[in-house]
Amino acid sequence: MAFLEIEHLRKSFGPLTVVEDFNLAIERGEFVSFLGPSGCGKTTTLRMVAGFETPSSGAIRIDGKDVTRARPNQRNVGMVFQAYALFPNMTIAENVGFGLKVANRPAAEIKSRVEEMLALIKLPQLGGRYPYQLSGGQQQRVALARALAVKPKVLLLDEPLSALDAKIRVSLRQEIRAIQRELGITAIYVTHDQEEALSISDRIVVMSQGRMEQVGTPFEIYNYPRTRFVASFVGTLNVLKSRIVDAASGRITVDDQPIVASAGLDGVQAGEFRSIALRPEAVSLSAPAADGNVLDGTVEEVSFLGSVVRIRVRFGENTISFDTFNKPSAPPPERGQKVTVAFARDALLVLDGSEAA
Amino acid sequence: MTETAASQVVPPRTRLALPDGFSWAWLGVMPFFLFAVMFLILPTGFLVVGAFQDNEGHFTLRNIVNLFQPSILNAYWISIKVSAVSAVVGAIFGFFLAYAAIAGGVASWIRPTLMTFSGVASNFAGVPLAFSFLATLGRTGLVTALLIKYLDFNIYSTGFNLLSFSGLVITYLYFQIPLMVLIMAPAIDGLKREWREASTILGASTWQYWRYIALPVLWPSLFGTTLLLFANAFGAIATAYALTGSSLNIVTILLFAQIRGDVLHDQNLGYALALGMILITGLSNGAYIWLRSRSERWQR
Amino acid sequence: MKRSSLGHWIALGIGALYFLVPLIATFEFSLRMRRGEYSFDAYRVVLADARFQATFGYSTMLALATIVVGVLLVVPTAYWIQLRLPKLRPVVEFITLLPLVIPAIVLVFGYLRIYNSSSLLPMTSNERATDLLLTFGYVTLALPYMYRAVDNGLRAIDVRTLTEAAESLGASWPTILFRIIFPNVRVAVLSGAFLTFAIVIGEFTFAALLDRPAFGPYLQLIGANRAYEPSALAIIAFAVTWACMGLINVVGRASRGATPTVP
Repeated sequence: MAFLEIEHLRKSFGPLTVVEDFNLAIERGEFVSFLGPSGCGKTTTLRMVAGFETPSSGAIRIDGKDVTRARPNQRNVGMVFQAYALFPNMTIAENVGFGLKVANRPAAEIKSRVEEMLALIKLPQLGGRYPYQLSGGQQQRVALARALAVKPKVLLLDEPLSALDAKIRVSLRQEIRAIQRELGITAIYVTHDQEEALSISDRIVVMSQGRMEQVGTPFEIYNYPRTRFVASFVGTLNVLKSRIVDAASGRITVDDQPIVASAGLDGVQAGEFRSIALRPEAVSLSAPAADGNVLDGTVEEVSFLGSVVRIRVRFGENTISFDTFNKPSAPPPERGQKVTVAFARDALLVLDGSEAA
Repeated sequence: MTETAASQVVPPRTRLALPDGFSWAWLGVMPFFLFAVMFLILPTGFLVVGAFQDNEGHFTLRNIVNLFQPSILNAYWISIKVSAVSAVVGAIFGFFLAYAAIAGGVASWIRPTLMTFSGVASNFAGVPLAFSFLATLGRTGLVTALLIKYLDFNIYSTGFNLLSFSGLVITYLYFQIPLMVLIMAPAIDGLKREWREASTILGASTWQYWRYIALPVLWPSLFGTTLLLFANAFGAIATAYALTGSSLNIVTILLFAQIRGDVLHDQNLGYALALGMILITGLSNGAYIWLRSRSERWQR
Repeated sequence: MKRSSLGHWIALGIGALYFLVPLIATFEFSLRMRRGEYSFDAYRVVLADARFQATFGYSTMLALATIVVGVLLVVPTAYWIQLRLPKLRPVVEFITLLPLVIPAIVLVFGYLRIYNSSSLLPMTSNERATDLLLTFGYVTLALPYMYRAVDNGLRAIDVRTLTEAAESLGASWPTILFRIIFPNVRVAVLSGAFLTFAIVIGEFTFAALLDRPAFGPYLQLIGANRAYEPSALAIIAFAVTWACMGLINVVGRASRGATPTVP
């Protein structure tokens, strides 16, 4: 049995269903991200685990105990909020020790635990300060320490980094992950930032419109997106409209140029239209491998981004964007230039659902 | 030694030159400062100085000493009592009303309705307010009459009198409560939902949330606004005057009578009376402003 | 959540009772002038009273004068403080709060002593001069509200950029102030103006002690001598206050609706 189990969870507000049939089993010590655009139900799901929302149906079990209807203060979970939510009238040390204080723990225990937590977040000197005297990044680390001080069974993080600067976001997410590993705590992390989810998660749940789109490791989610939504939401993606010529041999056309897809065409009729996806990093201007695909097109746009150059090539109805490394010895093509782009057969992803013209 | 001394010498030229900031820019605010001096500072200052002078303009503390005669002390005492009770009761009820409308999970039309009404009621002071309460709780008022007719209960037989201390407090609450609502609303808005959620998930009960977080955060606003209500009631006169005539001996009515007809027969004692009022309202307002700045520190 | 909101509804219900019953009672009382039946006689008597018309008109004129003087005093000052003298802001804010600290009766007492007929500036020596003094007194009373409204309005727009843009287009100072700044804080000025009106229209202390025939002293006089008319007057005063507050809401909402939306 998994450590945290969510079964058939559903939440509706009146006629509006915001979470539908959510099923997930999380192992002890696992770091799972809920990823999706705003309004996809990820935060509502998290808040049901926390106990701030009551599920319309379904069950939540933590460590074998059914907590579906338990009050938030009886679940022993920790939570880190987007806006830090530190208590402004308390010092950093009082904030971190608050959970222990309301649990009537002895003062000595609180003191040592607070010191331990402040050392963990590398802010041992700041115990006497007030929240408004700290930077956003420091406040969020304190919020993390406060949530962890009561030794919760599960740590919930609700977009904890989205109020912070880009640089601090990257360093703090690594720190959060390191602390989570060190303590071996089970964590659920809600974010709309795919890079964040990919970089720190053991597993990712991609959500859209209240439904789970796909559950998998970052590697699986990125390389083998199962739906068009996942493919487009995670990473950047070229989506091309293609016509099926022969499903068995994988022959298709894009703007009347023949290419071959290696998989994913089972049961598709010839003449049907399908969306196919291509990661930018699979595309190059170099000569193709023996069994590779090529498409001839015209350079439509060249953007110089520093270390890389982004090139958009048009074939007719479809375009492909991809990056090449900036090499002073080999200048990028010019706009209007005829080029041939190459990509491997197995780089093509045929997406679910037929695409009407 | 010589080196430090030399470095401390200020070049004479900069000392003599006008500061850079002294320019035409100051002229722009001159009308305002002239107005403030003429209609705020001088009139008040005149009274304050006069409070320490005798009729010939010599310095004296007699006027201050004379304040401590029973009739004047009594007037101050009744004023303080009316203001304090109406401020505290108004603050409590106003806070509960504002909290219920803003954070109480009630229908969404309640809040704007209460706010608009509070804006009206907090300005509906003075003479008309007295008329309203006379029509309500006066000897022939509607509520008085209905209580006699249906419950056979005469509130006037219990010793209640609208033209007395308790009546004045009930009447003052009509503008004190709305004022509290208006001033506390932003402070209650400042209570973040996440604080409650964070405290709950850390194991705190509702009581512990109020005890350790909400009340400490709100305390400066609560206490400060109560002081503001106190000063507001202390300086009020029109409602009391219209309600009780000059039968209720409060400071503002005493001063009013003194200005009109010199009942005290002593100009400078009147100044001292005014000085006492300025001190009391000044202290409570000063404390309000200080507490307010403290509470704003957290709102960052 | 549903459980706990019951208590809040009860609190709101008690509040509504306390605030509505006096209004209902006053209205009921005002209808009782004719024996045995309800009528609007009290209103008819009040509205036909020449003194009512005179004092209400006088107070209205005073309120308008107060608004004009207040706006001309406050807007340029608040603008100038924001643009050129931000260091003076705490001083000016403190001064604008003083009328809340010093009771009105104390202020008017000071006026009577400083501007009496034997002083250097005898503003109580004739009626026109006293009207002026009363207007300035009302500007003082309204100063905290007017200044705050205008200052908030100015903070919402970027005064410095607007001024620099106008200057770079060759606008003169009066043009900047009256064509650029005033229109942009119009809503704030109007809010302050309506609030000022509500304060001034029934004001009693200043008018009574300066002995001017304003609406406030008239109300007091009627209250001391009549039975039903005061209730009718209270209802009228409440309606005027309500209209002022309603207009503040209306201009606030209208300005939000008028904000151009980028397509």
